[in-house]
Amino acid sequence: MTSRVLAFGVAALAAVVLFQPGTARAADRSIILQSTTSTANSGLYDHILPIFERKTGIKVNVVAVGTGQAIKNARNGDGDVLLVHAKPAELKFVADGYGVARHDVMYNDFIVVGPPSDPAGVAGIKKVVDAFEKIAAAKAVFASRGDNSGTHKKEMRLWRKAGLSVTDASGTWYRETGSGMGATLNVGVGMGAYVMTDRATWISFKNKGSFKILVEGDDDLFNQYGVILVNPEKHPRVRAKAGQAFIDWILSEEGQQAIRSYRLDGQQLFFPNAERVAQGKAQ
Amino acid sequence: MHELGDAFAIAMALVVSADSDLLEIVGLSLRVSVSAMLVSCAVALPLGAVVAIARFPGRGAVIVVLNALMGLPPVVVGLLVYLMLSNAGPFGGLRLLYTPTAMIIAQTILITPIIAALSRQVIEDLHQEYAEQFRSLCVPAHTAMAALLWDARYSLLTVALAGFGRAVAEVGAVIIVGGNINHLTRVMTTAIALETSKGDLALALALGIVLLAIALLVNSGVMALRSTSARHAYV
Repeated sequence: MTSRVLAFGVAALAAVVLFQPGTARAADRSIILQSTTSTANSGLYDHILPIFERKTGIKVNVVAVGTGQAIKNARNGDGDVLLVHAKPAELKFVADGYGVARHDVMYNDFIVVGPPSDPAGVAGIKKVVDAFEKIAAAKAVFASRGDNSGTHKKEMRLWRKAGLSVTDASGTWYRETGSGMGATLNVGVGMGAYVMTDRATWISFKNKGSFKILVEGDDDLFNQYGVILVNPEKHPRVRAKAGQAFIDWILSEEGQQAIRSYRLDGQQLFFPNAERVAQGKAQ
Repeated sequence: MHELGDAFAIAMALVVSADSDLLEIVGLSLRVSVSAMLVSCAVALPLGAVVAIARFPGRGAVIVVLNALMGLPPVVVGLLVYLMLSNAGPFGGLRLLYTPTAMIIAQTILITPIIAALSRQVIEDLHQEYAEQFRSLCVPAHTAMAALLWDARYSLLTVALAGFGRAVAEVGAVIIVGGNINHLTRVMTTAIALETSKGDLALALALGIVLLAIALLVNSGVMALRSTSARHAYV
């Protein structure tokens, strides 16, 4: 009797567990897009991907990680298309033979946010490098991604341009969180630290506290996104045809218009800038 | 701290509206973690029983290793499974990375030591009571093992639930091998991590409350099953 009851329970459980729909979704008509948290968390993909999926029937599965990790995953062939924002690393990825070709897709900009008390007095400074110098001079707390992401790489380039070696100060006023943009913003808001972030993440971020944008509009804060097809010659399992279809679409007028039309709180988050000629020359 | 109040309100609203995205995420969480628990039990219960009653050289070391592996960090398990299933790894051809199956594999590896180590202890304790009787009746080892597993079933149910709890609560492994892909590999814990990184702390906390409620439901379900079967046993 007991065993029958137990056996029934186990069988019922197994039935519930094993017979659920949805396992067949990773079908051939799907690609994996290795991308960044800024594009995914801001809701851009939720806006543009359904348009592409309706048109082509190709399902795009987005893995949103930092640019460094996304490139690493793509190098391992664990993705069909790469859409990230660290041009030097992207060009190296292509030069090393892991990517077919790199195309500009869109841009937005980085900003520096901080507490309203602004201990280093950087509000309204036009050049971000000057602001970084003031933060370092005041030893005001600055929270860095510290995770080799596109934003982190950009921030490191700016510190170098300011002639400052911040890694020496790591653990004192310069704090590396080693985590994503949102997590770093949570830390920054929590400890009243300056943070450099991309504008899309900031606009869609909900835990802003009393933080404000302090530095913006410098050419040095330009944030370019690029798209790359993972090279099927390196990784034969790459779904090159479907991947190329996605790249062709996002660079086309329709894809660019989809990016342009995405708004959050009335603000445009990403500005398309694909070169028209890029498509025809896709090596 | 108004997030806490908001969180309860959002959690209630989510449950009451039976939000289809939420149901999908909850369903996948249960499917992945219950599957991992069942597979783990199939491996770990016999393993625990063998280590409990067999006497062999190096047995002490095996027990120490099993117990130590209970502290296996989920991120490390996730990384190992990622390296195995990656297209650049030995099992890349299976195309399992970023699928629920990969998540089940990772959680199974994570909780098998827990279920094996705890069931080893449970069965060993019971075996001390039974050992003399087994010897006097000349019961063969495999029959003894089966009898011990059966008689310890209620304790082992709790052991299995401990494994399930660990699996359903971890985020480090599934976020690496699953990729937190919307409508494909997003589970409760990765959704909580995502909402936290979006700064939507109230929604993240609300999902946490829902996850706790589910764990409560699963545990009461098992408890009910247990008391029903216990009642039948004495009829």
